[in-house]
Amino acid sequence: MAELLFWPALLAYGEAAAAYLGEARHPGWAGRAATWGVRIGWLLQTALLVVQAVSADGFPWGSWAGSLNLFVWLVVGIYLVWGCNSRFRLLGLAVLPLAAVLFALSHVTGGTSTGAASTLPNLFLVLHVGLVLAAFAGFTLAAALSALYLWQERRLKRREPGILKVTIPPLSALDELAARTILVALPALSLGIAVGLLRLRDRGGHVDALMAATLLTWGVYATFVVLRYGLEWRGRRAAYLALAGFALVVVLQLGLSAVHF
Amino acid sequence: MRLVLVGISHHRTPVELREQVALTGGQAAALSGELSGAGGEAVCLSTCNRTELYVVGEDAEARALAALAAETHAHAYRLGDEAAALHLFRVAAGLDSLVPGEGEILGQVRAAYEAGAPGPLLDRLFRQALHAGKKVRAQTAIQESPASVSAAAAALAQQVFGELAGRRILVVGAGKVSEQAARNLISRGAAIGFVANRSLDHGAELARRLGAEALPLERIGEELARADVVVSSTSASGFVLGAADVAAALPARKGRPLLLIDLAVPRDLDPAIHSLDDCYLYDIDDLESVVAETMAARRGEAERAEAIVLAEAEEFRAWQASLDVVPAIASLRARAEEIRARELAKARTRLSASELEAVDSITAQILNKLLHLPTVRMKEAAAASDGLVYADAVRHLFGLGEEQE
Repeated sequence: MAELLFWPALLAYGEAAAAYLGEARHPGWAGRAATWGVRIGWLLQTALLVVQAVSADGFPWGSWAGSLNLFVWLVVGIYLVWGCNSRFRLLGLAVLPLAAVLFALSHVTGGTSTGAASTLPNLFLVLHVGLVLAAFAGFTLAAALSALYLWQERRLKRREPGILKVTIPPLSALDELAARTILVALPALSLGIAVGLLRLRDRGGHVDALMAATLLTWGVYATFVVLRYGLEWRGRRAAYLALAGFALVVVLQLGLSAVHF
Repeated sequence: MRLVLVGISHHRTPVELREQVALTGGQAAALSGELSGAGGEAVCLSTCNRTELYVVGEDAEARALAALAAETHAHAYRLGDEAAALHLFRVAAGLDSLVPGEGEILGQVRAAYEAGAPGPLLDRLFRQALHAGKKVRAQTAIQESPASVSAAAAALAQQVFGELAGRRILVVGAGKVSEQAARNLISRGAAIGFVANRSLDHGAELARRLGAEALPLERIGEELARADVVVSSTSASGFVLGAADVAAALPARKGRPLLLIDLAVPRDLDPAIHSLDDCYLYDIDDLESVVAETMAARRGEAERAEAIVLAEAEEFRAWQASLDVVPAIASLRARAEEIRARELAKARTRLSASELEAVDSITAQILNKLLHLPTVRMKEAAAASDGLVYADAVRHLFGLGEEQE
């Protein structure tokens, strides 16, 4: 059953990624085809997650591969909230290929199979893994928005004659949306970290390098929120800071497989 | 009945001649009435780029040509039926305009149609032209890209800020260029906040027209901390705004982007402003490059629009051709109905009321089913130019138009 859902979902994400490429060249029907690809792919992946949850003994995404599956679902889900808007379609060009690759990687490493068993308590995993991954998904999209901001800002600075030919979100909207996404994702990360630290205290463990990196990531994004909403930092500086935070998220995602699971 | 188009346009006729035959709305309506005559049809389309007379009826071409000034006859084009229809569809789609895809022409075609004297043929022609025009605008991006420097400036502002409602726009200079740029911004939802000008009187006059406040030129530095867009076009010989003025306002702006549009020659705004953080300065050359690029995009979209227009023209041609067989079809149906009614009348005495009702219903259905295929085939034949042959054959085979027993 999981295989029957995985392949169509991957195909839909792949179709969406290819269609976004077509949309960048000739805006129009390709963008609509891409949006439907994302919707269908996400619904199929949702069904896959449901099947995994039903068949699992405990939390089904407790492994690195499983968490990658959940992470892709969260990224695409958050993108879907405003990604269907035609002005944001180009962002799909950054999000969907990444989602398709990570989804395939999750499958290869066993993250989409059924019958997973976990030795850790369900509630802890749901809260800790779920909240941290939701925050990472938000930071990933904020990074994509910031990257798009920097690209568009560069085009404006270079006074490119074709500046009006590509439909992308306005500079101000990119700046605002990236900041809001981080503002929403940071509390999720804070709660996820808090749950992890509580469990660590109960078990008498110590803070490892990955946990320290997670706290550093939290610090970067907390600084972002303070600067953005306290000191009204905007534009290029804010975008660079969001990307710096995302670099730490990438390190954490890679480090998770080696250290945490 | 033949459709004739006689007209002149910007393609072949200079403005001195075009203005001789330009018609006001009232004149176009009067001429349409005059040209339609008894039983004819006429619609006159007159814009600053063209005057075109669409006429149906006896001596249509001669009458239309006579309505145009003699000096323009050498420049006038004359088109009939399919070619005339295709031309109107291209006009309505904006494909024959000076700026491909411009939107104003569709409204002008509608106004001409409403003021004209159309009959069955021109009514169908103009309704389909309006449909084609709308379809082109809905299915292609031909109208989306700006076609002028002012429109490009407004589109750039949207590229930076998105919705322009609530943005603070500062206009520097009170000339025509400033006003045109301001009006383009207004058409995209912006409200002009201030008009700054060396002569406060002129500035106040433009500010009044734009619903803005007037500002002395010396005070634009103060407004820079709050402005989102600055549009400048003065006749000053030096820079009206230096990089130092803008740099001084940046701390108060806290990273908010500032778009500066310099439409003046010599330039009003110091080019060094562009190198400041979050400041984007576009001068007239930059905007012209943007327009050249978007015009190329319009031409690309025009190819798609041409395909839509051709399909619409083909549909109109098929409809017009079907008119050749309509009288024959109508006669055939009338003859069949007459026979049915006569036979029903004969049976009336032999049948009860309910039986008569049943027979009436059955015979009507038989008749419809029997005549459906010949009707469709005749219309298809008409679309393929064989309509008249088929119509004659039907008249001969069924004795239509002959005295019946």
